[in-house]
Amino acid sequence: MSGAASQSSWRGPARLVAKRIGLAFITLLLVSAVVFTISGLLPGDAAQELLGQGATPEQIAALRHEMGLDRPAVVRYFEWLRAIAVGDPGNSIVANKPVADIISERLPNTLTLAGLTAAFAVPFAFLIGIVSAVNRGRTTDRALNILTLAMVALPEFLVATIAVLVFSVKLLWLPSITIVPQDPTLGEFLRAYAMPVMVLGVGVIAQLGRMIRAAIIAELDRPYVEMARLKGVPQRRLIVRHVLPNAVGPIANAMALSLSYLFGGAIIVETIFSYPGLASLMVNAVTSRDMPLLQACAMIFCAAYLLLVLIADTVAILANPRLRQG
Amino acid sequence: MLSRRLLLGSLAAGVALAPTERLIGKPRRGGRIRVAGIVASTSDTLDPARAGNSSDYMRMFLLYSGLMQYDRGLAVKPGLAESIESTDNVVWTIRLRRDVQFHNGKSLDAGDVVHSLLRHRDPAVGSKVKAVAEQFASARRVNAHEVELRLTGPNPDLPIILAQPQFVIVENGRRDFSKANGTGPFTLKAFAPGIRTIVQRNPNYWKPGQPYLDEIELIAIPDELSRVNALLSGDVQMCIAVSPGSVKRVRASSSHLVMETKSGLYTDLVMRQDNPVTRHPDFVLAMKHLLDRDLIKRALFRGFATIANDQPISPLDPYFNADIPQRVFDPHKAKFLLKRSGLLGTRLPVYVSPAATQSVDMGSILQEHAAQIGLNLAINRVPSDGYWSTHWMRHPLTFGNINQRPTTDMMFSLFFKSGATENEAGWSNPRFDKLLIEARQSRDPVLRKAIYGEMQLMIHRSGGLGIPVFISLLDGYDRRIRGLEPIPLGGLMGYTFGEHVWLDA
Repeated sequence: MSGAASQSSWRGPARLVAKRIGLAFITLLLVSAVVFTISGLLPGDAAQELLGQGATPEQIAALRHEMGLDRPAVVRYFEWLRAIAVGDPGNSIVANKPVADIISERLPNTLTLAGLTAAFAVPFAFLIGIVSAVNRGRTTDRALNILTLAMVALPEFLVATIAVLVFSVKLLWLPSITIVPQDPTLGEFLRAYAMPVMVLGVGVIAQLGRMIRAAIIAELDRPYVEMARLKGVPQRRLIVRHVLPNAVGPIANAMALSLSYLFGGAIIVETIFSYPGLASLMVNAVTSRDMPLLQACAMIFCAAYLLLVLIADTVAILANPRLRQG
Repeated sequence: MLSRRLLLGSLAAGVALAPTERLIGKPRRGGRIRVAGIVASTSDTLDPARAGNSSDYMRMFLLYSGLMQYDRGLAVKPGLAESIESTDNVVWTIRLRRDVQFHNGKSLDAGDVVHSLLRHRDPAVGSKVKAVAEQFASARRVNAHEVELRLTGPNPDLPIILAQPQFVIVENGRRDFSKANGTGPFTLKAFAPGIRTIVQRNPNYWKPGQPYLDEIELIAIPDELSRVNALLSGDVQMCIAVSPGSVKRVRASSSHLVMETKSGLYTDLVMRQDNPVTRHPDFVLAMKHLLDRDLIKRALFRGFATIANDQPISPLDPYFNADIPQRVFDPHKAKFLLKRSGLLGTRLPVYVSPAATQSVDMGSILQEHAAQIGLNLAINRVPSDGYWSTHWMRHPLTFGNINQRPTTDMMFSLFFKSGATENEAGWSNPRFDKLLIEARQSRDPVLRKAIYGEMQLMIHRSGGLGIPVFISLLDGYDRRIRGLEPIPLGGLMGYTFGEHVWLDA
């Protein structure tokens, strides 16, 4: 593309992205209101959950006052909102320490697990998607189809449990729970993460692989591909130079969906491998009715999702000259 | 089917280990183990007053010590208190050991004890044992090593109460519990709520030579299958709460053992006495006769349970009344009673939940037997989350789950005294309440046994609870771990394993 044209062609997308960011904030605001309202409908509150079965009404009232839960819900929500607006997620009312501290212990864990899984799953997904699209209808494609369908259909807890029984209990190769030592060597690090990454990866590979296949097949049916073939463009060059750039939009969107799943959807893997990530923290926040912590988790998941979708859309816009003008 | 179950049950019970086998060998210093509990959450605490679950209790006994300590059975022995005496069970003189230091080097002073005991009364502390601590009328520092504790009324069980995890001793004036400064066998190395607790051997522990291990890491694996897998794969060396169904798997491994601890824990059918149907004496008795105790013990607990008799005091308790005839499964009698009361054919909802151990299956068994005699029970299965605050005791028929408490008095005052918050059935009996006070005031063990015996009989006869079995606690551990002994108050030696176990090479 020429230098003069690019000046004007960037303005469109930039405005679009800015608009999307604005919408993202509104979405976050709505989500926080919904989460606050719905979690307020759950039976019991933090004081009751903390004191447990045998608490007397006076004890609960005293602790409720101590936690500030005796004030009206609307007041509490707007106080939280005012604090979060300046970047302070508040204090966990159950753990009695800053939410930021609790999150900062868990967020790196979730990011590590998600990052490793993405690094492991995405190349495989591309491989499966491209190979089966190119061989559409042939035995390879059918075999891969059956494989990915089976992988999608297998529930994570089953894969995880079988993997633990085989690799940890029987063979004693890999640890059955994911505990990363303080200063791990590369070997220790990989050994600790091998199983959760493998189990999480199964679903992601299969789903993403199928979506990539569909996106490429949609492109392969287009007239320009036929034209390129008639002009004698070799298969490899056709896929890499012509088809993939055109399929980037849908593929980026599929990736955004799959990867956002790695944040909140890791709950089963976190439970089985007793891995301290954000998903189990959020479940914990719900069961202990710890509103500030729950809100912080919800905001992170929501923001991560919006961010990934935004990146995917931006990539799609940038990859498509027609949208870029728009 | 039935005979196979029977066989499995008796086999499992038959291979239970004799306790003497674990005593072999001399304690050895050194080593590190990882222990898996069942609960980890952001409410994990270093504050004894807020300790509310098994993992908290373990953490407390690793880091702190109590004035009294659990001994075998339900007995206690002196801990930080050298002696604890009273002539009237109201004013108690507590003499402290002189050789005790906190982890930060400060010597134990009577002021620490006064603070540790009285802080539970402050509502802002949010203590789990506030109700118990209300009986501390005053505590006074007599001198550096003596405390005078005055109660609001006589209570001969005070020494036992003081052995509970919430009453461990903290430093005078301590309000911030982001760190732990105790007098316990281990010092805190790392603590991340909901993730892990790592403790190191306290070289200045007041019991010479103890503890034996250099380091213990306490984690939690809430999922039972994962917990047992972690044990079998060697990722943890000890774990609490193995389910009866997993015992065979653990015992099949050549390097692991299961310890059965008989306890007074029970899951009970709660029949509210404020509902016209469920308070009818014929109905209550009929339901008690509909509990198939043998089947529950055999099928649900694979034999790791003790048959109970619709009263809460287990045979482990020295005040257990063994003379009450055992109530048995008798559908004919149940049918007769229901017919007589005109309640046959009514449809009644029963609330069950995974929150109350095995209540879902108990409910199903009960429903099956009830249907056979023409009583229609609708089993409503509700989730664990919120069960205790929204369902338990709130409907005419629910299931409860009550842990062994250290004293007979506590079992009765918490769960059967008129108007008690946790009086599950809403049962009320003036004579029972009177006897409770009488037993507390008596200093004669024989008389107390007689009074407690009568109270058990009263609950057995007219109480609103069906208590089918007392459930045993099961812990899994690596064969190299020695020194474990059952203490009925909880898994892993009533949560006090830390200072007792060692690793055999």
